[in-house]
Amino acid sequence: MNIEKIRADFPVLANNPDLVYLDSAASGLVSRPVIETVNKYFTEYPVNIHRGLYKMSATASELYEQARSKIANFLNASDQEIIFTSGATHSLNLVANITSRDLRPGDNVVLTRYEHHANLVPWQQMAKRFGFSLRFIELNKDTYLVDETSIETVIDKNTKIVSFSLASNALGTIPPTDKIISAAKLVGALVIADAAQAIMHLPIDVKKLGVDFLAFSGHKIYGPRGTGVLFGRKELLEKYEPFFFGGDMIAQVTYEDATWADLPAKFEAGTPNICGLIGLGAAIDYLESIGWEAITAHEREITAYLVEKIQTVATLIGTTSLENRVGSVSFILDGIHTHDTADILDKYNVCVRAGHHCAMPLMRYLNLNGTTRASLGIYSTKTDVDRLIEGIAKVKTVFEK
Amino acid sequence: MINATVNAGVSDIYKDVILDLYRHPANRKTLADFDAKYREINASCGDDVEVALKFDKNGRIADIGHQGQGCAISQAGVSLATDFVKGKTKEEIMAINDGQGLELLPIPISYGRSKCALLGLKAIKNALK
Repeated sequence: MNIEKIRADFPVLANNPDLVYLDSAASGLVSRPVIETVNKYFTEYPVNIHRGLYKMSATASELYEQARSKIANFLNASDQEIIFTSGATHSLNLVANITSRDLRPGDNVVLTRYEHHANLVPWQQMAKRFGFSLRFIELNKDTYLVDETSIETVIDKNTKIVSFSLASNALGTIPPTDKIISAAKLVGALVIADAAQAIMHLPIDVKKLGVDFLAFSGHKIYGPRGTGVLFGRKELLEKYEPFFFGGDMIAQVTYEDATWADLPAKFEAGTPNICGLIGLGAAIDYLESIGWEAITAHEREITAYLVEKIQTVATLIGTTSLENRVGSVSFILDGIHTHDTADILDKYNVCVRAGHHCAMPLMRYLNLNGTTRASLGIYSTKTDVDRLIEGIAKVKTVFEK
Repeated sequence: MINATVNAGVSDIYKDVILDLYRHPANRKTLADFDAKYREINASCGDDVEVALKFDKNGRIADIGHQGQGCAISQAGVSLATDFVKGKTKEEIMAINDGQGLELLPIPISYGRSKCALLGLKAIKNALK
């Protein structure tokens, strides 16, 4: 993989040669082909889809549906199984709302202790509404990995849904996906995967993985912001009632009642982020042009370097095992608050994230006030890591006074 | 275009007064007898400050204390804000705006850090509501 060529594809990197961007877990940078695709929409066919009978609308509709096919292909799903949303948060709220209605007091939904607020708060609210309980697969607090013995005790015969992240946004750790999914299947529970943090690092095949639903955000795979996907198995999407109502999702409407459009329109009410979703198709094309083999090999090399180097200057919060992690590395510095660390690093043009990473309960569970997180993308280099390590030395100098 | 923003020495980034207040916050104490108390949490970073205050017979702040934890900017901010409101009335305190709150700190505060810097002032105002 030619890293210089890849970096040249990202205008923000070319325009800011001194920039060290280590916050790709928050949002990936955007490549020129994606920017050009979005630009082309606005300059050549900036109109609504599915409704207009004129040629321009047909072009926009066709490109929008082509983007859906690209994503279906990317996940090994069919077009009807790809619901466009505004992001993983929207996708997870949608799936929580449509699936929870079947649950009763006595039932339970299982999550892990890792979950981002987006895969926790919707379930808390549904639990209050429908009276089911929430249970959590525990972590080993020394290794930061899932405590595998807890999988089979937490998932029981009353478990109706297991919803978990394929990679922790706060710690970068990967849970034992196969073990969790087989335990869920054994009791007949629905399996929902939050792929927000896995989607940019690992190839995902929904059939091989064996999930019923899977959510991710477009901006994490170097696509436009405000775009996302909910994959759902066709039989399930056909069975569940829609959650958003309005234009485009109906078959027939009277003043008294309505019937629903076929999949996937049934779950896509209103005018979507047309340009963004067409752009998301371009982001998938871009990733596929590089290829997973090259991406994973490159990221593994830089992740290994980051994990090794960070331990020389800071306390790593998360596993050192490369088998069980992605390139998001959380750390703390003794006696220095994470916000101070990130603010001072920014003075040296090193962009990192600080705080609880939308996983407040996880931070309390681990007895942390927060962490600083450096996260890699396809364009990250060892030089970026070196600049981070130099920056951390400067942070320490400020506080040594 | 982002430029390399720091040419001055590393040690100038946080002025000594901020680091001193981080290590030894002013007015960090609990009040046995108080008229108002409020706990403010910054949801984005988890910084946590609780202020308690006592008025004198003329309706001016006679004593104020804070507890909690947070970054250097929020700790310095709450120390400076609690000092600043001493001797002031409720009306005078409620009239302090965010710009004045930021000016209490001796360094420029970026957009991203203004919530940290103003956490103490916000807690004091909420205690008085």
